[in-house]
Amino acid sequence: MDFSVLRNLISRYCAGEEYWVDSRTVYIGHKEPPPAAEAYIPQRYPDNRIVSSKYTLWNFIPKNLFEQFRRIANFYFLLIFLVQLIIDTPTSPVTSGLPLFFVITVTAIKQGYEDWLRHKADCSINECPVDMVQQGTVVRTQSSKLRVGDVVMVREDETFPCDLILLSSSRGDGTCYVTTTSLDGESSHKTYYAVPDTMAFKTEQEVDSLHATIECEQPQPDLYKFVGRINIYKEREDPIARPLGAENLLLRGATLKNTGHIYAVAIYTGMDTKMALNYQSKSQKRSAVEKSMNAFLIVYLCILISKAVINTVLKYAWQWSADRDEPWYNHRTEIDRERHVVIRAFTDFLAFMVLFNYIIPVSMYVTVEMQKFLGSYFIAWDKDMYDEELGVGAQVNTSDLNEELGQVEYVFTDKTGTLTENNMEFIECCVDGHVYIPHAICNGQILSAASSIDMIDSSPGGYRREHEDLFFRALCLCHTVQAKEEETVDSIKRGIHLGKPTSFYISSSPDEVALVEGMKRLGYTYLRLKDSHMEILNKDDEIERFELLHVLNFDSVRRRMSVIVKSSSGEYLLFCKGADTSIFPRVVSGKVEQVRARVEQNAVEGLRTLCVAYRSLSPAEYEEACHQLSDAKLALKDREQRLAQAYDLIERDFTLLGATAVEDRLQEKAADTIESLQKAGMKVWVLTGDKMETAAATCYASKLFRRSTQILELTKKRTEEQSLHDVLFDLSRTVLRQRSLSGLSVECQDYGLIIDGATLSAVLKPSPESSGSGNYREIFLEICRNCSAVLCCRMAPLQKAQIVKLIKASKEHPITLAIGDGANDVSMILEAHVGIGIMGKEGRQAARNSDYAIPKFKHLKKMLLVHGHFYYIRIAELVQYFFYKNVCFIFPQFLYQFFCGFSQQPLYDTAYLTLYNISFTSLPILLYSLIEKHISIEMLKRDPTLYKDVAKNALLRWPVFLYWTCLGLFNACIFFFGAYFLFDNTTFTSNGQLMTTNTQMMFGNWTFGTLVFTVLVFTVTLKLALDTHHWTWINHFVIWGSLLFYVIFSLLWGGIIWPFLNYQRMYYVFMQMLSSGPAWLGIILLIAISLLPDVVKKVLCRTLWPTATERAQRVRADGVHEGSVSPATGPDPSPVAGGGGSERDMLCPARTCEGERGGEGVRAARTYDSMMSHNPNYLLSQPLDHAPSDGH
Amino acid sequence: MMASSYNAKEEDRHQPGATGHVGSGTMTNKMPDNTAFKQQRLPAWQPILTAGTVLPAFFVIGLLFIPIGVGLFVTSNNIKEFEIDYTGVDMSSPCYSCSQSYSWNNTKSCTCSVPFSLDQPFESNVFMYYGLSNFYQNHRRYVKSRDDSQLNGDKTSLQSPSKECEPYRSSDKPIAPCGAIANSLFNDTLELYYIDPNGSRTAIPLVKKGIAWWTDKHVKFRNPSGNNNLTVVFQGTSKPVNWRKPVFELDPSDSDNNGFINEDFIVWMRTAALPTFRKLYRIIQKKPNNMTPTLPRGEYILEVTYNYPVRSFDGRKRMILSAISWMGGKNPFLGIAYITVGSVCFCLGLVLLSIHYRYGKRNSADISS
Repeated sequence: MDFSVLRNLISRYCAGEEYWVDSRTVYIGHKEPPPAAEAYIPQRYPDNRIVSSKYTLWNFIPKNLFEQFRRIANFYFLLIFLVQLIIDTPTSPVTSGLPLFFVITVTAIKQGYEDWLRHKADCSINECPVDMVQQGTVVRTQSSKLRVGDVVMVREDETFPCDLILLSSSRGDGTCYVTTTSLDGESSHKTYYAVPDTMAFKTEQEVDSLHATIECEQPQPDLYKFVGRINIYKEREDPIARPLGAENLLLRGATLKNTGHIYAVAIYTGMDTKMALNYQSKSQKRSAVEKSMNAFLIVYLCILISKAVINTVLKYAWQWSADRDEPWYNHRTEIDRERHVVIRAFTDFLAFMVLFNYIIPVSMYVTVEMQKFLGSYFIAWDKDMYDEELGVGAQVNTSDLNEELGQVEYVFTDKTGTLTENNMEFIECCVDGHVYIPHAICNGQILSAASSIDMIDSSPGGYRREHEDLFFRALCLCHTVQAKEEETVDSIKRGIHLGKPTSFYISSSPDEVALVEGMKRLGYTYLRLKDSHMEILNKDDEIERFELLHVLNFDSVRRRMSVIVKSSSGEYLLFCKGADTSIFPRVVSGKVEQVRARVEQNAVEGLRTLCVAYRSLSPAEYEEACHQLSDAKLALKDREQRLAQAYDLIERDFTLLGATAVEDRLQEKAADTIESLQKAGMKVWVLTGDKMETAAATCYASKLFRRSTQILELTKKRTEEQSLHDVLFDLSRTVLRQRSLSGLSVECQDYGLIIDGATLSAVLKPSPESSGSGNYREIFLEICRNCSAVLCCRMAPLQKAQIVKLIKASKEHPITLAIGDGANDVSMILEAHVGIGIMGKEGRQAARNSDYAIPKFKHLKKMLLVHGHFYYIRIAELVQYFFYKNVCFIFPQFLYQFFCGFSQQPLYDTAYLTLYNISFTSLPILLYSLIEKHISIEMLKRDPTLYKDVAKNALLRWPVFLYWTCLGLFNACIFFFGAYFLFDNTTFTSNGQLMTTNTQMMFGNWTFGTLVFTVLVFTVTLKLALDTHHWTWINHFVIWGSLLFYVIFSLLWGGIIWPFLNYQRMYYVFMQMLSSGPAWLGIILLIAISLLPDVVKKVLCRTLWPTATERAQRVRADGVHEGSVSPATGPDPSPVAGGGGSERDMLCPARTCEGERGGEGVRAARTYDSMMSHNPNYLLSQPLDHAPSDGH
Repeated sequence: MMASSYNAKEEDRHQPGATGHVGSGTMTNKMPDNTAFKQQRLPAWQPILTAGTVLPAFFVIGLLFIPIGVGLFVTSNNIKEFEIDYTGVDMSSPCYSCSQSYSWNNTKSCTCSVPFSLDQPFESNVFMYYGLSNFYQNHRRYVKSRDDSQLNGDKTSLQSPSKECEPYRSSDKPIAPCGAIANSLFNDTLELYYIDPNGSRTAIPLVKKGIAWWTDKHVKFRNPSGNNNLTVVFQGTSKPVNWRKPVFELDPSDSDNNGFINEDFIVWMRTAALPTFRKLYRIIQKKPNNMTPTLPRGEYILEVTYNYPVRSFDGRKRMILSAISWMGGKNPFLGIAYITVGSVCFCLGLVLLSIHYRYGKRNSADISS
C-alpha cells in the first residue's frame, strides 16, 4: 500500500523527462571491482520475492477492517451504529449493525479468500526454479532467492525471473529473441543484444570469470526506457565502459524464444522489476453520474441535518412547559433528569439523526456498485461486439464508467489502426517520379496508374537506373523487420500471407512489413540478418550482402529512421526513410518536385507516404558519425537528447530517391460509425500523427468531413504566411458570423477544422509578450466548438493528451472519450473521461490501459449508442429512485414526530426499518437497473439522435432530481396524512375477533405504522413498475415477488411470539389490519392517489412534449398496433431476419424526424455519392452499408 | 451476494503484482453465448403509458371509486355517534369539582353524574368508548416503557422487569405490570343510566368482555402460570405506583378477566397512534328482542367515578357512544376521499381524452407521414 504510493510519486516525478533519481551499481557475480576502481559498496536491494498479497495471518483483521471502513458507506454505517450504541436510541442498533456486520463479514471472507489465492500464486512464482551461475557451475535455486548481481541462465521458452542485462547468448552474434506478450501484448519477436565485450562468454566458467560492474538508474516503470553502463575490468587495464540501453535489458515476464540459452545478470529484482512497477493502479476515473450522485447526497445530508435540527428545536420549544415534557404518566428516569440540558439536546439531535439516517440511501452504494459490476457483463457478453477474426469480444477493464458511455460529447479517435485497419498494403513506389506498381496486387491497374504519370518527365538512363537500384536496396535495408522462418507464430498477427509460406516478416510496424513485402513483389527479397550482414536476393537471383553498421531508430519526433550499411564493395551508405516533411528539408539533390507532386497526390488519396533518401558517406564521415553515435550512446545523462542531436547531425545532405505509398484500409463500417456518432450529437475529432493530406483523405472517406463541409485550416503553412493571431481571429470571425446568420437561414454550414501539431503547441503556449491577446486558447476553443469535425494531424502522443485535457477543461466540461489502438494513444486514453482501446495490431498497450477494449472501431457504435444509453438510463433511474424511495420512507417518520411530541418515536417497526432497503425494495430496482430497455436495441442503433435525449446528464439534472424528491415528499404526505385521517378521531377499527363477531377493536401506533409502511412498499414498487418499459419474466418475478415477500414476511413476523425478541409489538398487527375493511379500502385509495400525479405527468409530457425517445417508442408501439411483425418487438432474436417491408415502415418515421432537424441525412447521402463518383480511389470496404438495405 | 460483488471490483483495482488474473472475471476470450438473456433480448411485454392506454384506466378508476365513495359516505353518515366531554373544565360542568379537587392520594373517589339526551335511538350493538386528548401515548419514552415478557407471564421478568420500564420498574419490590403505560392505566369508571320518562333510572348493562384483540387476550397477555390463585403468583411484586389496587384485583369477579389478561388493561396497553385517541370501553349489546332499540331516544345519565387526572396536561376526557357498520365506525374521510379521487380521475380522463384527440392524432400524423 505505502509502497505503491511512494512508487506513484516517484513515477509521477520521473515520467516523461530523463530525471536521474539515483543510480545503482551492480557487481556482477558479487565480485569486488579491482582496487583501482571505487570502493565496493554492498548495496541492499529487495530480494526477488513478488508480493502481491495484501495481508498476513496476523494483520488481516485489523488491516481489512481498516480498509473496509475507509469506504464512506461503511463508515457512515459504523458511525450511526456507534451513535446507536451510545445514546438512548429510537431504533435498535441492530437496524444498522446487522447489515453492517453482514457486509463487512462477507467482504472480509471474500477478500481473505482472494488474498489466500494470491499468497498461493505468489508462492508458486517465488518458488519456481531458476538456474543460477555460481562458482562456474549452474545451481538450481528458487526464484525468490535471486539477488541483484546474480548471474542467471535462462533457457528457451523460459520466462525471465527478474530484470536482466544480457551478457551472452547461445547465438553467435550475441543476440536473443524475446516476446513480451505478457507485458505489452506484442507478440512479435524482439531482438535484444549483448554488449560485444561479453558476448563471447559461452560457458558458465567463462561467464563466471567476468569481472564487471553495471551502473544503471534506479528502477522506473517505463518498459522501454533504460540507461546504464557496464564497466568491464580486465587484467591490469582500465575498465572498458559500454553503454547499456533498453535493447540490453530483458524484462521480467518476457519469454526467451528461438535462442538456446542465455546468460544474464540480475539488476532489478522483486518489486523493483519493471513489470511489478507497471502493475500499479491507474488513477481512478469518476463518472458524471457519480458526481451528481454525490451532489444529491450532500443535499440529502443537509436535509437530514436540518430535519434533525428542526425537530430538536421544536422539541425543546414544545417541551417548554414541564407538563408537556414530563406529564405525570410519563416521567423521566433519574439519570436522564440529572443530565445537563445541552447534553440532552445534543443526544436528542443524534437520536433524530439516527431516526432519519435512512434518508441517506446507504444501500444505494451497494446497489450501484453491484449494478455496475454485474451490468458490465452485458458488454463482455455482447456477441455483436465479438470479432471472429481476432477471437475476442469486448473487454471491460473498469465497470465504473458504464453510464459514462451514454454521456460522451467529444470523441477523440486515433486514425491509424482505429479508423483504419492498420493492415498495410504496398500500393506503389515512385522513383524520381517514375511509378512502380507491384503486379501481384494491382493486376491491370498498371495502365491506369501509368497514364496518370505522364506529366512526369521520364528520362531513362544510367542515372535513373542507378537510383532505382539504390531505392530498392534502401527499402530492403532500411527497416527493423525480421525474417521468420518458422510458422508457429500466430498468423493473425502477421496480416497478409504472401509468397513462400516458409518465411515471412515480423515487425512492430506494419508499414515496414508492407514495404519489405512490396519490395519482394518488385523483385528484391530481404532474406535475413546474419552476423550483422543483411542479405538481399536481388532481381537476378543474386544474393547481395550489406554489413549493417548502425540503426538510427525511428522515433515520433524525428519521424524518420536510418541505417548505415557497408556494401560489399566497401562503400558506406546511409539510407533514410521517413515522412516527407522530415526528409525534404534535408534533401540537397534529387527530383524533389516530381516526387513531392506524387507524394501529395498519393496523400490526397489517403495513402500513407514515405520518402526515401540516401547519402553516401566517405570513410572519414563514417568515422565521425560513429564517434558521435557512440558518444551519445555512452552518455548516462540526457542520452535521448544527445542521441537526437547526433542523429540530426548525421541525417543531412540527402539525395532524394523516391517515395512509397502504402494503403491503410478504412475499417469496416468506420464511416457509418462516425456518421452515427455525429448524428448522436458527438463531436468527433481525429488525432493522428499522420500528415495532413493523408489524414484529411481518411476523414473524407470516413465521412467525418463531407463535401459540403467548409474546411478551416490552422496549419503551419498558414501561420507562416499570417501571424497566428490573425489566423485565429479570421477563423473565429468566419465561424461566428456564420452562427449569427444561422439563426435565420435554414441551411446550416458545417465547418471542419484542420490543425497541426506545431500550430497547436503555438496556440496552447502562453504568450508572455502579448498579454492582452495572449489567450488564444479561448478563441481556439470557440472555433472548435462551432466546428462539427476537427482533424488534428502531426500530433505527438503527448499532444493528443493535451488536446483532450484542453477540451475537458473548457467551460462546459464536456465528457470526452478517447479511442485508440497504439502505445501512442495511451496518454489520451488515460486522460479522457472514458478511454477505449482497440485490440489492434500495434500491441495491447492501449487495450490494457483503457477502460474498455473493443476489437474494432465499428463496435464503438453499439458501445455508445446502445450500451451507453441503456446504462445511463438505468443508473439514472436507479439513483433517482433510491432517493425517492427513501424520502417516501423517512418523511412520514419525520411528520410523525409532530404528533408524538418530538419524542423520536419511530413510525415503523425495527424489522421494517432494517429490511426496507435490504429486501423489500432492493431487488426490483436492481433488476430494473440491469435489464431495463426503454427502447429496442435496433431502434437505438438505427436512430442515433436518440442519444441526444440523455446527453449532458439529462436524467440527473437538478430539475429532475427536484421532481423526484417532490414526488417522494408528496407521496410521503399522502401516506402519512391518509393514515392520519383514517385514524384521527374516528373508529378506524379492527374486527378484533377475526371475523367471528362484529366487534370493533382499536388500533395502536404500530398498526398505524404498518399501514403507512404497507402503502409505502406497494406504492414504491408500483412506481417502479410504471417506469418499467421492458417487462420480462424476471421483472414480473421480482416485482410481484417482492410484494409477495413483504406480505408473507409481515404475516410471519406478526404470526408468532418470537422468543428472542424482548418486545412483541408486531404480534398480529398485520393480520388485524387486514381483517379490517377500511384498511383495505384505505390502502388502495392511498396507493392510487400516490401514483396518480406521476402517471398524469408522464402521459401529459409524452403527449404534449414528447422527446425523441418517446416518439420512437410510439413508433414501435404503433407498429405493434398495426400488427406488423417487427424484429424490434417480437421475440425473434435475430434483427437481420426481419422482413424488409416492416423494417422500412419503421425506418421512415425516424428518418423524417431527423429530416426535420436539418435535412442532414439527405445531404449526407448526396455528398457521399458525389464523392464516390468524384474519386474512384476511395477505399471503402463496404461502401453502402450505412443503412439497412431496404432496396428489395 | 450483495457484499461480495460490491467489493469485487475494488479488489481488482487494488490488486497489484504477478497474479493479475485472480479477479478479472469480465475478460472473455471466447465467443459469447448467444442466449436471450446475455444478448439482452429476453422476450418482454413493453407497455407504454400514453393517453390512449391510460384513458380507460382513468375512467375505470373513476367509475369504481365514485360508487364506493358514495357507499362509504352514506354508510358513514348513517352511523350514529354520540360524544360527551366530561372533563369538567367549565364551572358549569358537573365534574368540575371532581377535576379540581383531584389528588393521587385521595382514598375516597369522587363521582359525578353527567346528564345527556339522545335525539335518535341506537339500533344495533353500541360501543362505548372513552376518549382522551392531548395524551401522548405514542411518546417514545412511554411506548417502550413496558415489558412484553412480563406481560406474557414470564416468571423471571415478573421478578426483574426489563430496564425499559424505568422509572416505573420497581418501588421496593419489582412492579408488575411495570412501565409507564401500565402505570397510567385509565381508571375512571363509567356507568350509563337511562332515565325513564317517569323519572326512574335504569342501569344499562355494559359488557366488558370482548373488547380486546382475541390474540392479545389469549396469546400475548398471560398471567404467570403455576397457580390459579393470582395473589400467590404475584407475590413479591408490588402494584404500579398510581394504581389503587394490585393487578390481581382488577376484576375479582371474573378470574378470566383478572391480572394481565384484564381486557381493560389490554386495551390500554395497545398504545394509540395519535395524541387524541379513543379506546373501547364497553359494549352495549343489542337486546334479544329486536323490537326495542339498544339505546332508545331519551334522557341518560353518565355516572363517572372520576379518578383520572388530565387537567395537568390540558387533556380532555370524553365518553363516546357509537354504532358501527360493515366498514367500521363513523368515518366520513374515506367516503369523501373516494368520491374526490374518483371524480378527479374521471375529470382527468376527460382531459386526457381531449388531449388524446387533439395532440395524439397530430403526433402520430407527424410520425407516420
